[in-house]
Amino acid sequence: MNLEIIGISVLWIFLFGYIMIASIDFGAGFFNAYSTLRGKQQILTKIIHRYLSPVWEVTNVFLVFFFVGIVGFFPKTAYFYGTTLLVPVSIAVILLAIRGAYYAFTTYGGLKHKRYVYLYGLTGLFIPASLSIVLTISEGGFVTMEESGPVLHYWTLFTSPLTWSIVLLSITAVLYISAVFLTWYSHKAKDSSATNLMRTYALVWAMPAILTATGIIVELRSHNPQHYERIMDLWWLFSLSSLLFIGTVYLIWKRKNYGIAFGLLTGQFILAFFAYGISHYPYLLYPFLSIYDSFTSVSMAVALIIAFIAGLGLLIPSLYLLLHLFLFNKDYVEGKRKDYA
Amino acid sequence: MGNEEAVFFSRVLTELTLSFHIIYATIGVGIPLMIMIAQWIGIKKKDDHYILLARRWARGYVITVAVGVVTGTAIGLQLSLLWPNFMELAGNIIALPLFMETFAFFFEAIFLGIYLYTWDRFENQKKHLLLLVPVALGSAFSAVFISIVNAFMNAPQGFDIADGQLININPLLAMFNPAMPTKVTHVLATAYMTCAFVLASIGAYRLLKGSNHMYHKKALFLTMKLGFLFSITTALLGDFSGKYLAEYQPEKLAAAEWHFETEEGAPLILYGVLKDGEVKYAIKIPYALSILAHISPYTEVTGLDQFPKDEIPPLYIHYLFDIMVTIGMLLIFLALLYCVGIWLKWRFVLSKWFNWLIVLGGPLSIIAIETGWWLTEVGRQPWILRGFMKTAEAATTSDHVDTMLLLFSGLYLVLGIGSIVVLSRMFHKNTVEQELADQGLEKAGDSL
Repeated sequence: MNLEIIGISVLWIFLFGYIMIASIDFGAGFFNAYSTLRGKQQILTKIIHRYLSPVWEVTNVFLVFFFVGIVGFFPKTAYFYGTTLLVPVSIAVILLAIRGAYYAFTTYGGLKHKRYVYLYGLTGLFIPASLSIVLTISEGGFVTMEESGPVLHYWTLFTSPLTWSIVLLSITAVLYISAVFLTWYSHKAKDSSATNLMRTYALVWAMPAILTATGIIVELRSHNPQHYERIMDLWWLFSLSSLLFIGTVYLIWKRKNYGIAFGLLTGQFILAFFAYGISHYPYLLYPFLSIYDSFTSVSMAVALIIAFIAGLGLLIPSLYLLLHLFLFNKDYVEGKRKDYA
Repeated sequence: MGNEEAVFFSRVLTELTLSFHIIYATIGVGIPLMIMIAQWIGIKKKDDHYILLARRWARGYVITVAVGVVTGTAIGLQLSLLWPNFMELAGNIIALPLFMETFAFFFEAIFLGIYLYTWDRFENQKKHLLLLVPVALGSAFSAVFISIVNAFMNAPQGFDIADGQLININPLLAMFNPAMPTKVTHVLATAYMTCAFVLASIGAYRLLKGSNHMYHKKALFLTMKLGFLFSITTALLGDFSGKYLAEYQPEKLAAAEWHFETEEGAPLILYGVLKDGEVKYAIKIPYALSILAHISPYTEVTGLDQFPKDEIPPLYIHYLFDIMVTIGMLLIFLALLYCVGIWLKWRFVLSKWFNWLIVLGGPLSIIAIETGWWLTEVGRQPWILRGFMKTAEAATTSDHVDTMLLLFSGLYLVLGIGSIVVLSRMFHKNTVEQELADQGLEKAGDSL
């Protein structure tokens, strides 16, 4: 294994971490808004807040980690993606900022109004949509090299079916991941009405999630045949992922082992996400940028990897403590502890 | 949009984001230490006032952290979005501290969540206090690592350029550059100093607005003592910064001091205005610039005459320097007067007008932080990476920077107003007196 592969794997793992926990967060906000709209907020709001409050800040860090890391390991991405992504990423940042700040304002600052609930819920759908554009662009065909540098063609981008398929996938996946997790969490909290509601949402969003994911593979066939070929070579990973999907849906349907169901879902997404990543290899931005021609110097790569390992040594015990005190603490999950400052 | 416009709007947007972020970032770095000290004193003295002080500060702190986190994410991404050429170069050489900053911040974020939600979980309060240590360390190290990146922009090293290619990259040498020691310590000390004066300002304001509670008096005395300690430290470090500049960035020092001609025994120019290239109404302190730059009053200080015209920073940074230093000195004096006054029981330090001066200290220290950053950033111009890359060469070629500037201005307005409204409502609704009564907190001393 070479340094380039180690670098991109580290980043891909963190991006996966971000996708999972941010999906839970984004989806929770949407379900909360939706149930408020339907007049059922008493069922979900407490559960969702109990989960989100101690961990929301951590979510953001996964994203920061990814984009700082990618500039470190692959400095050329700063030039290519930095120049082309000004608009979509700025919009995502603004939405993230409003979402993050108003979460704190309402949760800790007692700012209470339904419009913040709706604002929060909607940003949860727009952020994944705008961030997913980056993946679309990476497939190539939307950026050309001009004299001044790389230029993104918005018209081509927004009229491409691939763009909208990926946007749809990002939204359905967010809702599905979140619903399965919150079913499990509500069940742990011994809140049967919330469990039932979230279980219904999980089942509702299961099919759209798997359909949009399949749709993208079909879209790629015409958009980037080379990538499509590589995906087909990895058919067994995607099939395995589909099996895990069936397992999750079955367990949720049968109302048993919600924890295992969420475990299977995590497995499903790990397999699909890494299979996608491997099939994307070696390109970071097709066809301009590969992990080899954009890689940093060996001395920097080694320094970053050492820092990464040392950092993990600090983080893993801390994350364990966080989960131990809140996610896996019976009293806290059941809402019996009120220890907020 | 022409490239010149893209450069201009990129500069304005970066300046706006940094100016807004630095307020929340400074509070984010300094407050955890203040909370720690208050909680520690509370536990030691068995005084519930200090415990409540820590608790209320922590509650307000979360709001500022939230804004700091999201604006920090914004500036983190804007570096690549607005300065792609610079980040490509910087990514190759100075990525290590940027990367470590995310770890430090990660560490802080995790423990802040834990600290906030475990206030009454432990029998032994010291265990809870222990959870704050990683928060304070994480936030301090975030500041250290980011300041290292900024120091690198001022004094780049740890690489060579041959035929337009970067070679011999040494990430550690790049981190431990000559600007690093003074930059890092100055940033940390001023963060603690600012937080102390901001908290003191709040305490003094409560005392002025009718509450005569011992709680506020204790808060005020504690924060003024800390303010004195850190402002003295800051002044000392400021002196070291001058010596660093004289050695490694003489053009920045010369521009900030309006030192036009290289000479021995150079005087220090304070205040004044520049009219048609002449300094008017200034106070000249003989030999002081030589002392600031090289300790001895007779040494030579390099003037602006030694540099090509297009490599000299804008001369208005002198005003920024004046504002920063004046505020610093005033605050040292104010804090000293207050602490000595309390000790010797001078009546006037408890008077209304003196309290108003302390109230003013909070906003003033924030202004000093802002002018300090403008001074160092504008003082590095025309370079983004001194000696290697000019700001104009670093900016994006994208056409939409002006629209993004509008969008982000709107965002900061919303966040600024939102955080002020939320913070003031939070503490108005739940007064100290009420909270002490609600929680039955009675173990408290009657003296400072």
